[in-house]
Amino acid sequence: MTNQTIIEFRNVSKTYNEKPVVKNISFSIKQGEFVTLLGPSGCGKTTTLRMLAGLETPTEGKIFINGKDYTDTPPHKRPVNTVFQRYALFPHLNVFNNVAFGLKLKKIPDGTYTDKKGRTFEKFRKYSKEEIREKVHAALKMVDLEDYEQRNVNSLSGGQMQRVAIARALVNEPKVLLLDEPLGALDLKMRKDMQIELMNMHKKVGITFVYVTHDQEEALTMSDTIVVMRDGVIQQIASPQKIYDEPANVFVADFIGESNIYSGIMLEDFKVEFCGAVLECVDKGFKKNEPIDVIIRPEDIYILPKDNPAAVLRGTVISSVFKGDHYQITAIVNGNEILIHDNVECKEGDEIGLFIKPFDLHIMQKPRIINEIITEMWDKNVVEICDGRFPCNCDFESGTPVKVSIKFGDVIIHDNESDGIIGGEVISSIYKGSYYQCIVKTDNYYNFFVDTQDEWLKGDRVGISVAPENIQVERLGE
Amino acid sequence: MKKAIDRIKNFRITRRVFAYPYILFLVLFVVVPLAMISVNAFIAGGKITLTNFAEFFGSATGLRVLGDSILIGLITCAICLLLGYPVAYILNKYSSSKILVLLFILPMWVNFLIRTLATKSLFLMLGLPLGLGSVLFGMVYNYLPFMILPIHTTLSGLGKEYAEAAADLGADNITVILKTILPLSLPGIISGITMVFIPTISTYAISQLLSNGTIYLFGDSINTKFANGLYGVGSVMSLIMLVLVVISNIFISKYNKGNSGRTLW
Repeated sequence: MTNQTIIEFRNVSKTYNEKPVVKNISFSIKQGEFVTLLGPSGCGKTTTLRMLAGLETPTEGKIFINGKDYTDTPPHKRPVNTVFQRYALFPHLNVFNNVAFGLKLKKIPDGTYTDKKGRTFEKFRKYSKEEIREKVHAALKMVDLEDYEQRNVNSLSGGQMQRVAIARALVNEPKVLLLDEPLGALDLKMRKDMQIELMNMHKKVGITFVYVTHDQEEALTMSDTIVVMRDGVIQQIASPQKIYDEPANVFVADFIGESNIYSGIMLEDFKVEFCGAVLECVDKGFKKNEPIDVIIRPEDIYILPKDNPAAVLRGTVISSVFKGDHYQITAIVNGNEILIHDNVECKEGDEIGLFIKPFDLHIMQKPRIINEIITEMWDKNVVEICDGRFPCNCDFESGTPVKVSIKFGDVIIHDNESDGIIGGEVISSIYKGSYYQCIVKTDNYYNFFVDTQDEWLKGDRVGISVAPENIQVERLGE
Repeated sequence: MKKAIDRIKNFRITRRVFAYPYILFLVLFVVVPLAMISVNAFIAGGKITLTNFAEFFGSATGLRVLGDSILIGLITCAICLLLGYPVAYILNKYSSSKILVLLFILPMWVNFLIRTLATKSLFLMLGLPLGLGSVLFGMVYNYLPFMILPIHTTLSGLGKEYAEAAADLGADNITVILKTILPLSLPGIISGITMVFIPTISTYAISQLLSNGTIYLFGDSINTKFANGLYGVGSVMSLIMLVLVVISNIFISKYNKGNSGRTLW
């Protein structure tokens, strides 16, 4: 792997029918890297890949490949090839002709010639039949399908179609291979095998792979670098180890692996309070008493006898499940649930002590501590929020520009969308030990943070309302 | 008697019952006429002979009419395909294609005799001669929707991933159409061709009206034979028509093997 940058996204955005799908993303990919775009469905990862393939044009921003601006280049002129989600093998062609499709169209430089006026031109020719046969043969051999040349693609199994799709892309010797959830349609065993095969193939051909998946395990296994996306925004770009050990925010921590996430307060440098206890940590530089999120991986928590002086937390076991190589233990610590992976066997009701290394407490700034919306008064005692009219205790005149603040815990979610004043879609729901923090996206793309006792499913439509006394309205400076 | 009463008593409306009226219709108006034609073809002068076949295949005019009909059928097909394919392709690109498709079907709701007479008046009004040109115009005008619709149906079932994959592999727009979309829409083209070809050969009014009776096609010929009471020869010609239909159906099913059920027609 060299350090040369091969792909660069510069402030790229994509909007479909005024709906933002990718929001101002910038990142670069190095030559020879295996990069995975990871995120839940609808996070914009496939759109990002399609923009790289040329199948979508960015609404804004530029895409560079090898330092050259490819933003508006049509797909057939790009040095990239794609393995599509459902393979998209041509059903009217056999395996050989599917793989040869790109080669038959390719023009390769064939020396130069000089015309009468002394100008030199580059000559191009097409591959000869013999060359095509050789290349197709080599490509099919690489994916272990050398005896399948004359087979009809409809007679292949899912895994074989997958291999043909990979051979069809790689045979063109692209600079970058794009893979759009290529293992999505395979069963678990097949997926595992293909993961390893893809990694080996990446090593063998040495080109850059850009891989899209929603499967965090797949991403952690295969990639050199992971780009975690949510809601069209890049959350973190790092190596798998770093993404796992040092998630950039609560979303990444929750999406990748299992984690305990709590709201806490940074009392002072190296001292954090959460779950009703004060612990030592290695973070500093926060404001005094700043509200923060604390993330602890379950395997970073050690179980000790309850009277061991080293224990930093004490709790009661409420469940213990044997998982083959460890026990998954759930305990209650001062009213908060905590998930532990350890080799110590516990019984329900056991009192235990817990030890966490200061280094393993991941402390991060909260993305937001209160919902703030800049808006106008609709009328006296009514304020307009996200196109809805919320009654409030404030008698500013209609049209007064105001800032509205609503605490997370004061937003009420209704099962029935029409029971709320406005409607929205739950886009995230993270368990914080004793309550859920949900994000509800309204129809004009404002994200409401909500603390609630109930779990809400991602993707559900819900209604939102707020009691009038819980809406704080401030007049904006004239 | 008791059995019959039991039957009536036990009569229940099952799914099968709803098929009875159609089966009756089928027997009366399809099976019986077919049988009559088949029998008629082999009967001449009250005896079972092959003279009807000999009479048809022995007459130069009869064969020439068949040849002319097939030729006009082929030309009509070619024109319909050249006009219809691009239309179907473009219709498929727009989301509002339903309304556009409706516009193409709309003329079909006017009775075809009225349509043809109107076409004739139009030609006369413009002072254009009636002949091969006007007949071909009438055929294309009448049967173009039958070419557009099956192609449109196949194209709309294709999914854009094939075009995307081809573009990704280095095909420019024209190559994408020639190498993927065109071959993949072959089932639609084949059924379009048969939908146009068979009716073109067998209609009689269009050619008669639009050529003032100077162009005489197979359909007209069958019509005259029956009108003149030559049931035997007429039946033989009807059987030839039937053979053509069967051949084209074999074609359709051969090309539709891969994606059964996707074609509208």
